[in-house]
Amino acid sequence: MRNPSMRQIAFYGKGGIGKSTTQQNTMAALAEQGKRIMIVGCDPKADSTRLMLHAKAQTSVLSIAAELGSVEDVELEDVMREGYRGVRCVESGGPEPGVGCAGRGVITSINFLEANGAYEDLDYVTYDVLGDVVCGGFAMPIREKKAQEIYIVTSGEMMAMYAANNIARGVLKYAHREDGVRLGGLICNSRQVDNERELIEELARRLNTQMIHFLPRDNVVQHAELRRMTVLEYDPAASMAQEYRTLATKIDENTMKTIPTPIEMDDLEQLLVDFGMVDSDDGFVAQTKAQELAAKALVG
Amino acid sequence: MSEATAGRADSGNLDLRGDALRVLDHNELFGLQEYVQQHAAKRELEAAPSDEEVEATLAWSRGWEYRELNFAREAVVVNPLKACQPLGAVLAALGFAGTLPYVHGSQGCVAYFRSHLSRHFKEPVPAVSSSMTEDAAVFGGQANLIEGVENARALYHPDMIAISTTCMAEVIGDDVGMFVGSAEQAGALPVGFLAPYANTPSFVGSHLTGYDSMLYAILSLLTKDASPDAVVDPAAGSRPRINVLPGFDPYVGNVREISRLLDQLGVDVTVLGDHSDTLDSPADGDYKLYPGGTPLAAVTAAPGAVASLPLQAFSTRRSRQLIRDTWGQPVLDVAPPIGIRNTDAMLMAVAEATGTEIPVEVTAERGRVIDAITDSHPYVHGKRVAVAGDPDLVLGLLSFLLELGAEPTHILCTPGDADFEAAAYELLHASPYGAHATIWTGKDAWHLRSLVLTEPVDLIIGPSYLKGIAREADVPLVRFGFPVFDRHHLHRYPIIGYAGALNLLTWIVNTILDELDRKAPDYGLDIVR
Repeated sequence: MRNPSMRQIAFYGKGGIGKSTTQQNTMAALAEQGKRIMIVGCDPKADSTRLMLHAKAQTSVLSIAAELGSVEDVELEDVMREGYRGVRCVESGGPEPGVGCAGRGVITSINFLEANGAYEDLDYVTYDVLGDVVCGGFAMPIREKKAQEIYIVTSGEMMAMYAANNIARGVLKYAHREDGVRLGGLICNSRQVDNERELIEELARRLNTQMIHFLPRDNVVQHAELRRMTVLEYDPAASMAQEYRTLATKIDENTMKTIPTPIEMDDLEQLLVDFGMVDSDDGFVAQTKAQELAAKALVG
Repeated sequence: MSEATAGRADSGNLDLRGDALRVLDHNELFGLQEYVQQHAAKRELEAAPSDEEVEATLAWSRGWEYRELNFAREAVVVNPLKACQPLGAVLAALGFAGTLPYVHGSQGCVAYFRSHLSRHFKEPVPAVSSSMTEDAAVFGGQANLIEGVENARALYHPDMIAISTTCMAEVIGDDVGMFVGSAEQAGALPVGFLAPYANTPSFVGSHLTGYDSMLYAILSLLTKDASPDAVVDPAAGSRPRINVLPGFDPYVGNVREISRLLDQLGVDVTVLGDHSDTLDSPADGDYKLYPGGTPLAAVTAAPGAVASLPLQAFSTRRSRQLIRDTWGQPVLDVAPPIGIRNTDAMLMAVAEATGTEIPVEVTAERGRVIDAITDSHPYVHGKRVAVAGDPDLVLGLLSFLLELGAEPTHILCTPGDADFEAAAYELLHASPYGAHATIWTGKDAWHLRSLVLTEPVDLIIGPSYLKGIAREADVPLVRFGFPVFDRHHLHRYPIIGYAGALNLLTWIVNTILDELDRKAPDYGLDIVR
């Protein structure tokens, strides 16, 4: 039976920001609380479920389909694996870089899962989506009747914020309807940038959302990753595990789901200036460090 | 080339060219000396193999060795007997009044659907496209769709625009549902304008899938307020009403026949959707863009009918599910009513669902067709037949052939699936005449060529695309199904019901008799058959 209160969540963010890690750790924490979960990896690299399964890339929907000749020949058992604490894992997979159409792959895989009853008896379905919103295929998880909540993983780094803003723009496109998709918040995966917490809180405010949690940088994540595990499994007592539990609870209890208000590039740059990345907002463009110091010396 | 034509050609072109009113047909035209020379020059230019080599290769390609290689083929499809999803979607859209089929994609796709349907139905087929080009492939087709529906409304004043998609739109992941919303926001469509849409990528499924998806989209949009409790039919008179789903039906006569038959039972019919008038409109000197189709109000009232009767199963899967689950209406899942048994079963199912009785006129009609079958029986009995086409038509035809005592030998259904295979197997193995048949799904016409050349048959029944194979195998072809491009008016007749059985019988037996005469020695050319 399809659980009527099942929540479908998509994690977006710039490539390399830590979406897969954050998602798997957060889902592991929700699984700890007894939630029934499915993770759908929407990245051609097929590494969205690696920490759950303790294995590199699992058999993806598209790789099996390519082997058998057609998606119609694929059975759900061929592509769905159970990982840590019974979390169901599916990878859509996709073509090698430079060939084919990964976006279409996402569409094909999600249609396959729907047609084959993968959505039965679940509390959470999460989609881990590659990088920026790049084409219709990667927007698939936020279309009608799919994910209703989006979480954007970001950091205080300029390009991550730029991507976050772009994704907010993508979400806005799908937010028209009353039952349209909503932004659940930004997750700050810290890169130890200056004033990072305040910066992301402000970005969240401008985007009409919240910074739902600030994840500090902790080496234990790296240690766990190398062992192909989530922190929750590798070292359940670690303070980082607690952070993920907190994030999981915040998502579970989140009531702030909004229509985002993306900002302009200039405003985004101004935001960085305002938060003290540089001393003066005037004429800093294309100044080298040496020039900056010389200017300071003059003023001094 | 006939001797007469050869004589003319040899005697020079001027005689023929001189008479401007005499139009040469292809057979004559390409027999002219200049074309013969051109063809020879082309062969030389292309370094074509010798006639002997061609003959030897052809002979080899007709044998068992080639057949096995042919069936081991993986990378190439040669003449698959199926069409694109949006072609089916366009036909479904044409079943509804005032409805403009709109294909979200490039123009070439739509040109193909229009010409393909026109060549079969011999009628104009209105349909428009988003006219997507390379920039739309890069940036998405939203702007094209918005402008397209705006233009379509301004030019063609439809009551409903039924949007299907092509491969390009599907590959780039265009979200047509969202685009329709955007078109409303942009003012290109009035809010609430009827714009059902179906995703119809042709790299999966077939024209049958596309037909079903569009029918589903239209039915669910027009009946979105229907609930299982609301079994009130505003159009209800004293007679019970049922919905008939023709499916992807290449025979416009079928809709008229089912309405006539059920009328004799005292049952009113709403056809979902009725493309018979759209694709068979009278020539009265006045072109109408929307000459037929089921009135949209009748569709809205359809959930109030007693039951729904699909005449095809494979092209109505999702639609039947909608009717059963969302409308809460019984669906009479009978075999396609082709042949006597299937028509009997269909009529009895309708009579039971509607509480009506089958009148003596219908019984008499049935009796007359049985009589006709008995008359023709000696010529059809034991004939080995290859059958190809869409799953429902093939299943219906198989049932009828078995009734006639013909022996279906090779069954080819390119869009067939496991359900089709199971149904065909059950049908064939329930009769001594079908026990030796082989069923092929996913295979193409080139496979069929190997089949009929290695295991000969007396007759091939299927679409026009099989005529080359039939000629090569030196057996006649009875045109049947979709498409039939090269024989006129067959699609105007019904093939369902008792009248349809009589039509099929007539075509089949007379083809067999023609062939008998054609091959008869002088002493055997009997006047009486």
